[in-house]
Amino acid sequence: MSLLFAVAPELPLGKAGKYVAAAYIVLVALILVYVTIMATRAQRLERELAELRRDVEAARAAAAEETEHVA
Amino acid sequence: MFFYAPLDVTQGFVQKIFYIHVPLAIVSLCGFMFGGAMAIGYLRTGDRKWDMRSYVAIHMALIFGIGGLITGSIWAKASWGHWWVWNEPTLVSFLIVLLLFCTYQPMRFSIEDPERQSRYASVFAIVAGAFVPLNYVAVQMATAYVHPRVLTLGGANLPPSMGFVFVVSLLAFVLLYVTLWKYEMASKNARSQVRRLRRTLLGDDLVRPVGRSAAPR
Repeated sequence: MSLLFAVAPELPLGKAGKYVAAAYIVLVALILVYVTIMATRAQRLERELAELRRDVEAARAAAAEETEHVA
Repeated sequence: MFFYAPLDVTQGFVQKIFYIHVPLAIVSLCGFMFGGAMAIGYLRTGDRKWDMRSYVAIHMALIFGIGGLITGSIWAKASWGHWWVWNEPTLVSFLIVLLLFCTYQPMRFSIEDPERQSRYASVFAIVAGAFVPLNYVAVQMATAYVHPRVLTLGGANLPPSMGFVFVVSLLAFVLLYVTLWKYEMASKNARSQVRRLRRTLLGDDLVRPVGRSAAPR
């Protein structure tokens, strides 16, 4: 990585450097915020699926118990 | 972007913002039109998946549009010394389109009946989507104040090396838009499948009712 920076031509940042950096940071921040929100939603979905699995297993157990009781 | 593309003679290093600002704005405007095209699919078929596609397309385009607006504002401050110029048709017209689509989600949220919500939202998306190219042509015909007109109806006014970097950047943003659109579509579809599965397996009693939402149900 340091070799890459060593061979790269120097950028004439000057006064414009901070503005260019700000624009690119805004872009990265937007993508990061979006991905974070989507990751939170994926976690919520995972919880919902686990809850559904628990509910289905509980319903199956209750149905089996009822069949046993009738028999 | 930083090393291959040459420095702009008049603007210098600050012109590097062009490679993210312009693709963001273009992809955003195309995303609005894409949302309108998906909405036609809903009105033709009545299938909710088209409404979902339209909703996600507009949602993603709004995010890209906000990115384009902020990066453009930073560029304006660096080049012209002002964050915003009100008498520049390019800037104001983009803001109008963005504000128009900002009303899309509150409009959806205000309609409780899902069927009516989808229908009204589709009509809105088509009309507002058709406004985007009209707006572009109107801006091209207007007199420019300070905003440069690099991409015109006649073609692009860019040297080949800058044009190449711009096309690569534009392609990258299109791919980003498509990827995020598919990602959000998959997430929303999975959520709705889970709800449907819960209803099928456990009955309606164990499914929490969905509250009022701007997203298609």
